Amino acid sequence: MRCWTKRDVISVLDFKKDELEYLFSLTDKIIEEKIDVKKPLDGKIVATAFFEPSTRTRLSFETAAHRLGASVITLEPSISSLAKGESFADTMRMLDSYADVIVMRSPLEGAAKLAAEICEHPVINGGDGTQHHPTQAMIDIYTIKKIKGDLRDLTIGVLGDLKYGRAATSFMYGVSIFGVEKLWLISPKELMPRDDVLFTLKRFNVELHHTENINDIIGELDVLYVTRIQKERFPDPAEYERVRGTYQVDLKLLSKAKNSLIVMHPLPRVDEISYEVDTTNYAAYFKEASYGVPLRMALLMLIMGVYKDV
Amino acid sequence: MSEISEMKVSKIKDGTVIDHVPAGRALDVLRLLNLTGKEGFIISLVMNVPSKKFGKKDIVKVEGLELESNQVNKLALIAPTATINIVRNYDVIEKKRVNLPDRIIGILSCQNPNCITRKEREPVIASFIVISKKPLVVQCEYCGRLMNEDNVIKQLVR
Repeated sequence: MRCWTKRDVISVLDFKKDELEYLFSLTDKIIEEKIDVKKPLDGKIVATAFFEPSTRTRLSFETAAHRLGASVITLEPSISSLAKGESFADTMRMLDSYADVIVMRSPLEGAAKLAAEICEHPVINGGDGTQHHPTQAMIDIYTIKKIKGDLRDLTIGVLGDLKYGRAATSFMYGVSIFGVEKLWLISPKELMPRDDVLFTLKRFNVELHHTENINDIIGELDVLYVTRIQKERFPDPAEYERVRGTYQVDLKLLSKAKNSLIVMHPLPRVDEISYEVDTTNYAAYFKEASYGVPLRMALLMLIMGVYKDV
Repeated sequence: MSEISEMKVSKIKDGTVIDHVPAGRALDVLRLLNLTGKEGFIISLVMNVPSKKFGKKDIVKVEGLELESNQVNKLALIAPTATINIVRNYDVIEKKRVNLPDRIIGILSCQNPNCITRKEREPVIASFIVISKKPLVVQCEYCGRLMNEDNVIKQLVR
């Protein structure tokens, strides 16, 4: 296992199964209050720089940092020098001189990799365009493991926008790292994963199946990962109008599912999961969201090198 | 070079002979090297001549020009089987094979307009991993998008 200290977190593909298991074991300890997490990052500064809207990712990182005793500085792109035309690279260089770790999000694919090349301090990717959302994938896998145990024998369906959705892409990579054997891709043809994503998935021993109709396969699934159609990333609004509202997960659909099925969603949702599902045993998405803070606390501790038991 | 090829194109005194160019690519090779014919070099090319190794091949001869290493590197992307013979006074003084490297840095630009490497004011050079040599497929190291052989050729010879 590679040492976690000072590692950048750009893609979930940069991590091996045992490294992620180690992260999950620390997350368990934090949730079970088995370790003292009050001040391990006392005196450290965590910078958040989100060049795209975010609710959960930014706030859960900031909460995690505060809980660990770190100070947080937050870049507001709309009122910073970016608005004066400062480049992304110069902005990151400046943050690097202020903070001990940088959590960032950008609408541009590859921005996190560039930031990691520029910065001496570790960079955590909170989402880069349509490409990666590694910490969401870590939370997603952790959630499945907590509820289902081993991922290998599960049949997992990924529903919605598999072309532009970075959370869906990172989820597919993540479950593949954990040895999932069968993955159903459920989307309109226009929103199938890009060829580079399919190419990467083929490196794992995962059987990929595609359907446009979730009704055909809902009874087969152990996990249904639902994603929002990424309106903001469609180059053509007409294309978005054609596919919006294609799927809705409601009680009628779930009446055909296994009782043990769990429904996940990286959130925010728009209308793809009905509110009536929220109070059923199928709903795992709020549990999933609740793991955001402890898992990101564990991640910050490992990257900052303040937790070592190996 | 086979006899039949020699008969079609005479030997050159000084310059470069690019042999074993994939059949049909000779014109792309000229475009890639920015040879329009207006530079004054004597350029001869034959296309689709028999080749023991490849069945058919093209040959490009340019008198008075010795290819530099950066030009040879670019050639690897559209003519990976090519051999470069540098000729002085009718003798081949140097033979170079084009070698497709594992990484291609600074030659291609990413096709994805949303890739960080496409932003003019960012200090980043586009780089690609060669994930398949035949057929050629390269992957942007920043945004992960794939580019196939046709798109690579189009970009290099446009």
